[in-house]
Amino acid sequence: MQIAFYIAAFVAVLSTVMVITRFNVIHALLYLVVSFMAMAVVFFILGAPFAAALEVIVYAGAIVVLIIFVIMMLNQKEEAVDQEKKWLTPSVYIGPAILSVLLLGELIYIIYEGESHTIGQQVVDVKEVGKTLYGPYILAVELSGMLLMAGIVGAYHLGRQKKKVTHRFLKQTED
Amino acid sequence: MSLWLIPALPLLGAFVLIVFGQQLPKRLIPIIGSGSVGLSAALTFALGYRFISSSASSFHIKAWQWMDINGFSPAVAFHLDALSLVFIFVITFVGFLIHVYSAEFMVHDDGYARFFAYLNLFVCSMLTLVLADNFVLMYLGWEGVGLCSYLLIGFWYAEEKNGYAARKAFIVTRVGDISLAFGLFMLFQQFHTLNIQEVAAQAAQHWTVGSETALIISLLLLGGAVGKSAQLPLQTWLPDAMAGPSPVSALIHAATMVTAGVYLIARTHVIFELAPDALMIVGIIGAVTLVLAGFAALTQFDLKRVLAYSTISQIGYMFLALGVSAWSAAIFHFMIHAFFKALLFLAAGAVIESLHHEHDMFKMGGLKNKLPVVYWTFLIGAGSLAALPLITGGFYSKDQILWLSLAGEHGHIWFFLAALVGAFVTSVYTFRMMFLTFFGKENTPVGHVPGKGMNIPLIVLAILTTVGGFIELPHTFGHVTFFSDFLKPILPAVTMQEEMESFEWLIQLVAALVALSGVGVAYYFFIYKPDQADELKSSAADLHSFWLSGWGFDKLYDKLVVQPYVYLSNVNKNDVIDKLYESVVTVANWLNRILAYTQSGILRWYIMGIVIGGILLMALALI
Amino acid sequence: MQVSAEYGLLLASVLFTLGLIGVLVRRNIIFMLVCVEIMLNAAGLAFIVAGSKWTQADGQVMFIFILTMAAAEVSVGLALILQIYHQLKTLDGDAANSMKG
Repeated sequence: MQIAFYIAAFVAVLSTVMVITRFNVIHALLYLVVSFMAMAVVFFILGAPFAAALEVIVYAGAIVVLIIFVIMMLNQKEEAVDQEKKWLTPSVYIGPAILSVLLLGELIYIIYEGESHTIGQQVVDVKEVGKTLYGPYILAVELSGMLLMAGIVGAYHLGRQKKKVTHRFLKQTED
Repeated sequence: MSLWLIPALPLLGAFVLIVFGQQLPKRLIPIIGSGSVGLSAALTFALGYRFISSSASSFHIKAWQWMDINGFSPAVAFHLDALSLVFIFVITFVGFLIHVYSAEFMVHDDGYARFFAYLNLFVCSMLTLVLADNFVLMYLGWEGVGLCSYLLIGFWYAEEKNGYAARKAFIVTRVGDISLAFGLFMLFQQFHTLNIQEVAAQAAQHWTVGSETALIISLLLLGGAVGKSAQLPLQTWLPDAMAGPSPVSALIHAATMVTAGVYLIARTHVIFELAPDALMIVGIIGAVTLVLAGFAALTQFDLKRVLAYSTISQIGYMFLALGVSAWSAAIFHFMIHAFFKALLFLAAGAVIESLHHEHDMFKMGGLKNKLPVVYWTFLIGAGSLAALPLITGGFYSKDQILWLSLAGEHGHIWFFLAALVGAFVTSVYTFRMMFLTFFGKENTPVGHVPGKGMNIPLIVLAILTTVGGFIELPHTFGHVTFFSDFLKPILPAVTMQEEMESFEWLIQLVAALVALSGVGVAYYFFIYKPDQADELKSSAADLHSFWLSGWGFDKLYDKLVVQPYVYLSNVNKNDVIDKLYESVVTVANWLNRILAYTQSGILRWYIMGIVIGGILLMALALI
Repeated sequence: MQVSAEYGLLLASVLFTLGLIGVLVRRNIIFMLVCVEIMLNAAGLAFIVAGSKWTQADGQVMFIFILTMAAAEVSVGLALILQIYHQLKTLDGDAANSMKG
């Protein structure tokens, strides 16, 4: 099974690289789905089947679909791709890339400072997750509920197409 | 007991006039202003009668507790004894007469209500000063009279000169006030109380004669007295204070406020007696001041400045008396001086007003027949000031000082000689003023003739000046000791030097002769041969201008104090300390400009900032 | 199914860094949002690894919370993107650098 982990990890990294380098948003999203799928495999290997299922359903399903809907609403054309090409020049990405690699170096250093452990011997199943979630973490669940509620209200409020209100006497000439 | 009403009534008057002064009809203003002081005067009489007829040595009343902090508990409490009774009698009664006089004198002035409000406030402060039972309340009154004198000297504030004079008076007396405040701090530190009676009792218990603390404290108190009473180092403000209206000069700069220093020393005489050196310094200051001010008065041509210098000189006599422990003689001279100096100032005010605000004596003359009431009352006042023998009150009070300065326990031949020279000079300049103003030919036509409202106070004061002298007569005639007996419980009598007793008549004869010869000299130079005076003046022009400027003290202080101060403030024009705070502002501005640059609104830069911060924090954690 | 824990965390770090690079270099707001999702996912992975190491359910619980948060964030974020596009007629994140009023 170790080999499965490495393959999945490799696929995840590769597809993520593809995500951040695509010029077309739809292409990037397709790679993102691949990346999430690979992550789901990793979760499964690490003994978290419930998390793997959620990853596929929520991330690869709901969230990505949501983004695609929005892109469709925005009606992006060929010019957008050209625009992206223009924006993504080496002078733009070289600095952030160096910084991020620095950060990665630090993270790796920290990871290898600690002791080595093997993981994934035991599956933590849905029942256990459910018991923990609705046991000690019940308050956090409530809070998450409120957060989602706020998200819905916020999204509705922000996403609503406002009618342009112009005063009778103060007609704006710009539009 | 209605003791508290005496200072409260003028305060009420001042309050009413300040708040409603603009709305009140003009007829009502002098009624309120004079009425409040008049009521105080009547109360003083009633209370004085009760005090004399009762056997109590003092009346005491506590209006309320002012503050109470860890044993320091000054109260607004009033203490009436013989000494303060004399003072409140003079303050309320002379004050009342001056108010009555002002009602006519100031009637055409725009600030009529303001004037009476200030006068009432002044009377209240002065009464608080002399009635206070503790030094804190006394200091309140002390500063109150300083404030009122500032307000009244600068009463005609539209003229810049008057504003300067007011500020000068305020600042110069402030020098003395600081010394007084230090003195009070030291007293409190020594005795943990500022109640005057307790301090006196404890000082007598704890200090021996000649103790160093007593010396320092009495010198500090003397500093305060010198400032308020315009004595030698701090006398320069008084001649300039003549910028105020004449009733102000009469009330503040002659009759009452300037004698606050005399009161202070008399009140704390227990401390001064424990420090004979300080007492001697008091005497020396008095003696030197009276001679210097006398010579300065000789050369003045402004009528009111002559009187101002004569005030300094007469207070010098009081200090001299205090210096030789002749306490009751000093207070007696204070009372007589208050009468005749108020009289002289009011009469001078009448003269000046009738001559269209002409102050120069050489432009006056021949007023004898034009203003008879003013002439006769002025003559009586001048006679008293010059101490003409037998008939004037001034003779009896000054003679006592002359005699005690020689024969008293602390007397000294030099004190006596200074007083004698002063007496001669006094009589010369007094009659010089008299002759120049009222005799000779008329130089300026008379305009306004004073009416009843101004004449009556003059006449009353003239009578008081004359009669007042007869309540204390020397051994040689009559031997009336009503005044000194009255003060005896408070102020001890003078111990005489032994073999002197028999010389008293000789001293009196000398004093009388000196006064008369002064008149003679004045007559010779200003009536008989006026040319001689001019010749004398031109032959000693330098000395003349030196005396005219009051011995050049103003110039000296300008060089010693004002110019170094101005120089220093010029050096430090852009406050050095300020630079520190300005640099804080500069750094804040600079940081603001840099940080504002980071607020570009571009989201990715912000994220970059977060990343750099994260990297640095992690690096720190790793190290 | 035995994998060294370091590899799990290593994968999480790499994915996180990739997401970060994405956020930093892309100017298109939709791309930035997507990259934030990648970063959140990487964080979730780290929790899963930790939970797996201790064989406790807490790691997965945390993952669920992160998921919830990501869903809410995406919905609000997309609504904002729509608004920005309507106002500015572009998806350029740098265009939204000034406030009005």
